[in-house]
Amino acid sequence: MQMSREEVAHVAWLARLALSEAELERYAGQLSGILSHIVQLQELDVTDIAPTAMAVEAGGNVVRADVPTASAPQDEVLANAADIEDGSFRVRAILEESA
Amino acid sequence: MSEWLTVIGIEVHTQLLTRSKMFCSCDNNYAGDEPNTHVCPVCLGAPGMLPTVNAQALEYGIMAALALDCSVPEFSWFERKNYPYPDLVKGFQLTQYAYPIGAHGKVDLETDHGPRRIGVRRVHLEEDTAKNTHVTVAGESYSLVDCNRAGVPLMEIVTEPDARSSEEAVAYLKKLRDVLVFLGIASGKMEEGAMRLEANISVRTPAEAAAGVLRKRCEVKNLNSFENVRAALEYERERQIAAYEAGEEIQQATLGWDSAAGRTVYQRSKEEAQDYRYFPEPDLPPLRFTAADVDAVRAKLPELRPAIIARYEALGLDRYRAELLSQTRALATYFETALAGGGKVERVANLLLGDLLAQVNERQINLEETTALPAAGELGRLAQQWEAGEVTGPQVKQLLPRLFETGETVDAAKAALGIRVVGGADELLPIIEAVLAANAAAVAKVKAGEQKVMGFLVGQVMKATKGQGAPGEVNRLLAEVLARD
Ligand SMILES: [Zn+2]
Repeated sequence: MQMSREEVAHVAWLARLALSEAELERYAGQLSGILSHIVQLQELDVTDIAPTAMAVEAGGNVVRADVPTASAPQDEVLANAADIEDGSFRVRAILEESA
Repeated sequence: MSEWLTVIGIEVHTQLLTRSKMFCSCDNNYAGDEPNTHVCPVCLGAPGMLPTVNAQALEYGIMAALALDCSVPEFSWFERKNYPYPDLVKGFQLTQYAYPIGAHGKVDLETDHGPRRIGVRRVHLEEDTAKNTHVTVAGESYSLVDCNRAGVPLMEIVTEPDARSSEEAVAYLKKLRDVLVFLGIASGKMEEGAMRLEANISVRTPAEAAAGVLRKRCEVKNLNSFENVRAALEYERERQIAAYEAGEEIQQATLGWDSAAGRTVYQRSKEEAQDYRYFPEPDLPPLRFTAADVDAVRAKLPELRPAIIARYEALGLDRYRAELLSQTRALATYFETALAGGGKVERVANLLLGDLLAQVNERQINLEETTALPAAGELGRLAQQWEAGEVTGPQVKQLLPRLFETGETVDAAKAALGIRVVGGADELLPIIEAVLAANAAAVAKVKAGEQKVMGFLVGQVMKATKGQGAPGEVNRLLAEVLARD
């Protein structure tokens, strides 16, 4: 299973990663290796096996009671922000509302 | 040109009325608070932090699924929906993609064109995003991000493309909102952004409809009222038809609704679903539901509005009044408590919908709760006394404002206002005789058989008693005196 440099560049763009030409080449090779391994796994017959996202599941659902507890102090929340204004994170202009 | 048919699908996002967020224990009740004061490392997406599912949100999701006739799967999980956007501090949104909490449901509508069924494709749980505020100062534009809303439990309900008109879309939305609000899981407040509406629309010819063919659809986002939904869908239908009739094509796109200008505005072309790179959230174990789990939630489902309306109709009320009395669960409960306090259904319903609601409107009271209303038991007592002739209609109007203001009992309010009923013949007869003497012309007409003039005389007597005459007695004695002469 070959992954092209263009596909790697597209995925890198979606993740907002800047990759050099050399990196595109290297990751295309590495990702192709991983995909080939998945292709090999897909050959297994899993007809009667229920899907799961995890190899080991907890016994019963892992949930928490709906009880509020203290949040972090505002200055800690904002401590690592690149830019702050009036208690908010300040970022480049967002022109459209997202979903 | 030809006839064009409309196809509409509807998506609703609603915040859930839990106390804490979806995956962390930050307090959900952030309205009016300082930005970024309901935030913790989990909802901020700090590295290494572990989310945990809010059990109440999960139960609310199952309640909604069951109330919308969805099947609840035995198995569900959350996935990461990846997209880079400043309102998504983690870089992904946790949502249910492949395995929603409910699927294959329906909402039945009664429309002017008969019964209609809107299929509910899916109900899924996810988390809300942060709030962006756009700022422009001295020509410089930037945005401020407040994460108080980030991670608030959100539920999305998606229909099949089954609505055939904007009226049907709005009827569905009204019914859905009732379901969510009467379940007690959502506020339904669109103006506060707690319930957000989107609709996608396409048009097609009857031949295409017969063949099951759909044309490209446009999605209109950020609709914050039923009226905006109606207006946006009407506008978009006409826009698409005009384009097709001019020989143009419609591009699949996301549009916004400019309610001031009354038109849709282009936002972006539709992204490909795979660009979100969904994958199962590795930090949340999958969820499993047994039939017993689902039945336990089903047993908790409260009575929903259609059932309440049916029950009121069975009490002898017409549909219109049954709907008014059940406009909120709080009002329905109030009505039923008042009924239990005595008084006949008709009298209590009419007192509530007439004089009481007039006061509610005047005082601008929100009927989501009834704490600002007179005690329901006292309203029942007032209806009962009215029925028994112990208070008169004008006196009820006099008493109600006081009951709103003081919260005292009907009897205490009557004593305080000096309200009593003049019912004895010894008090009423002299008043009646004086009225008849002063209205000889009217008396002559009644005697000549003009019965409707009786009403005028009754009114004059009531006026002379300052509204305190017992109506039954006044009528009886008036007739007696007229017959005697
Ligand atoms: Zn948090």
